[in-house]
Amino acid sequence: MTSLDLLSPGTRARLVSIGGERAFRCRLMELGLLPGTALRLVRKADIGGVLELEVRGCRLTVRLGEARSLAVVPLEG
Amino acid sequence: MSTLPPTSAGRVARIALAGNPNTGKTTLFNRLTGLSAKVGNYPGVTVESESGTLRLASAGEVELADVPGTYSLSARSAEEQLAIAAICGLPPLEPPQLVLLVVDATQLTRNLYLALQVIETGTPVVIALNMWDMLAGVGVEIDAAALARELGVPAVPISAQRGQGLDELRLALDRALAEPASARPGPRWVSESPLLRADIASAAAALPRSWRVEDPRRRDALALWALLSLDEKDEISGAPKELRDVVLARRRAAADAGRELDAEIIRGRYAWIDARAPRFLLTRAQVATSRTDKVDRVLLHPVFGFAAFLLAMGLVFQSLFSWADPAIGAIESAIGWFQELVVARLPEGLAADFVGEALIEGVGSVVVFLPQIVLLFLFIGLMEDSGYMARVAFLMDRLMKAIGLHGRAFVPMMSGFACAVPAILATRTMERQRDRMLTMLVVPLMTCSARLPVYSLLIAALFPPSELFGFVPVQGLLMVGMYLFSTLVALAVTAVLGRTLFKGSSMPLLLEMPPYRMPNLRSVAAMVWRKSRVFLTEAGTVIFACTVMMWGLLSFPRDTESEARFDARASELAQAGASDEQLAELENERTAAALRYSLGGRLGRGIEPAIEPLGFDWKIGIGLLGAFAAREVFVSTMGVVYGMGGEVDDETTGLRQRIQQEARADGAPVYTPLVGLALMVFFALACQCMSTIAVVKRETRSWRWPVFLFAYTGALAWLCAFAVYQGGLALGLG
Repeated sequence: MTSLDLLSPGTRARLVSIGGERAFRCRLMELGLLPGTALRLVRKADIGGVLELEVRGCRLTVRLGEARSLAVVPLEG
Repeated sequence: MSTLPPTSAGRVARIALAGNPNTGKTTLFNRLTGLSAKVGNYPGVTVESESGTLRLASAGEVELADVPGTYSLSARSAEEQLAIAAICGLPPLEPPQLVLLVVDATQLTRNLYLALQVIETGTPVVIALNMWDMLAGVGVEIDAAALARELGVPAVPISAQRGQGLDELRLALDRALAEPASARPGPRWVSESPLLRADIASAAAALPRSWRVEDPRRRDALALWALLSLDEKDEISGAPKELRDVVLARRRAAADAGRELDAEIIRGRYAWIDARAPRFLLTRAQVATSRTDKVDRVLLHPVFGFAAFLLAMGLVFQSLFSWADPAIGAIESAIGWFQELVVARLPEGLAADFVGEALIEGVGSVVVFLPQIVLLFLFIGLMEDSGYMARVAFLMDRLMKAIGLHGRAFVPMMSGFACAVPAILATRTMERQRDRMLTMLVVPLMTCSARLPVYSLLIAALFPPSELFGFVPVQGLLMVGMYLFSTLVALAVTAVLGRTLFKGSSMPLLLEMPPYRMPNLRSVAAMVWRKSRVFLTEAGTVIFACTVMMWGLLSFPRDTESEARFDARASELAQAGASDEQLAELENERTAAALRYSLGGRLGRGIEPAIEPLGFDWKIGIGLLGAFAAREVFVSTMGVVYGMGGEVDDETTGLRQRIQQEARADGAPVYTPLVGLALMVFFALACQCMSTIAVVKRETRSWRWPVFLFAYTGALAWLCAFAVYQGGLALGLG
């Protein structure tokens, strides 16, 4: 298990848990990113301090700092 | 009810248009309502509400009211709360007869989350499956009939961009209005957990009566909304304390029992969707690399992406700064031509002055902003519609976050370098009221183009062309320095205000990166048209009134005795065969005397004690007052004050010389380089621009913020100019 910000771009993973503030957790879950959901890290933007991920066919951006509170298990393939 | 445009006494049915952001909701709205849309405001928040007229075959004219885009009905802030209020008709809003829910068919399951919530409320729903034409491209197939069966509401495939399926959509709306029961199937997901059902029941019992909770389905929907929305830190208004207490107690009790209330509700809805998705949704093999991915590889690239961003912003800035110029010039000369035309037909005197210098000038001072407003909103519309705006926020987030702002604040801040008026209007692109207010209050500090004539006059007159270290031109360095200075102050003020007055909980950045799409030009044009119209009718009237007031201030009272003396001298001179130059000189003397005698002139003298510590005399005081009409007016006001007439600009050598020669009673020059610097610092910071004040008043719907803006920039300007002048004197630079 690792955290989302440590994945390398292109990796698929399954979300295990979301930490952080309640507002952040609720917002993520309402966007369809619930524990158990598969996701893919699309890219990291170091200049912007943000990363982009794909969930349910949608692209979302999350700040690197907040991505630390997302625990994930990388998926094979 | 809100300030929404009035419907004919409730006889017209109202349809609320809701949906996720980036679903083409606005394009559909513009398609269905054309140019009929009117802009109003939701009560209590600075959120615009747009509504227009939709024609249906049997229901006739129906009002279509746009609801701000949202991923969910649950809310934390007053703005997010609008969605539930508009869809359920929570006071003071009236409930709509129907909700038209726009769904992005290419991202169906996430969009269905909102659909379930809206259906739960018991308001009849018709679903528009937008982007239907793009399904093949993303490798997805949808059975619309099966989806409609599962949801229990009509679902119509459309393409708002291409205008496909709109007739079928209108038909479905018409039918649902005639038979609301056919679009009100009751809640889809119902929790089977007795624990959660008990939580819902106890929140339902605490709902206020004013929310009209007779219908048990609506009551449960609102209870679920409260359970997801209310917490210790929410900014929701109108929720009674009793309800909040119940929700907090229930959530705490659940947590103590190892349950997570939010997750139970959200997971329940998604589980319902995921379990049924195979019946209407077929996802074929993943498409290799989408077009969006290929474009983003460049546009979000650490080097090329940033270069492209700078290029795009450079284009926007260049267009505001120089391409708008010919149009502004054309408007100014048209106004001037019209002035001459009208004034020539009126008898010379007060009436002609009033019509020409107050009324027509007043109209001109409003219309002159249009080229920049149209251009900026054209670019913003294109960036929003194409999906690039989300990338701007992505690229700029770290920088803007450092000063406590959202990445989206970048475009308004940058536009402020051209003109604060369109920049303040552009703060609308930010969702949060806090971000919008903060940006609005610092944008006027950016060095707008109206400050340039003032700077260039002062720099040219007081700082002789010379080089620092033999190669850095001092004049250019000063100009660059003024830009840097104002930007640094703006950033510092943002950081301070953002940590004090607008503290607000920091919102997690959760942005959607929509796929790139071809912008719909008709939709963008309709948006530009509405923005311009709102500016002309709302901010424009205030600016117009201020221009007329300024004219009155600088023209009254009139000194009839002195005018009679000037008349006598003019006719003497004319009889003596004086040259035109001598007559013009006399005329300039006369206008200078009239200005000094006017209320504005006396005010300028009245404020002399206040500006003396900055090194300014009363003549500069009059110039500062005149500059309130628009900063560049400072130049022509100084021309009048110095008896050179108002037809001067920053290139006029006479005015430069006059400034160099202007002396105090003791013979010392008024304008030393130090005074010039203090004056420029004052101009850089003071929000002495009535148009900016008027626009802030319009956008915040109160006088509180424009007054605050004027007061804080004025105080800051005074203090900084004071520090420069007195500090300079102390260092012996006077």
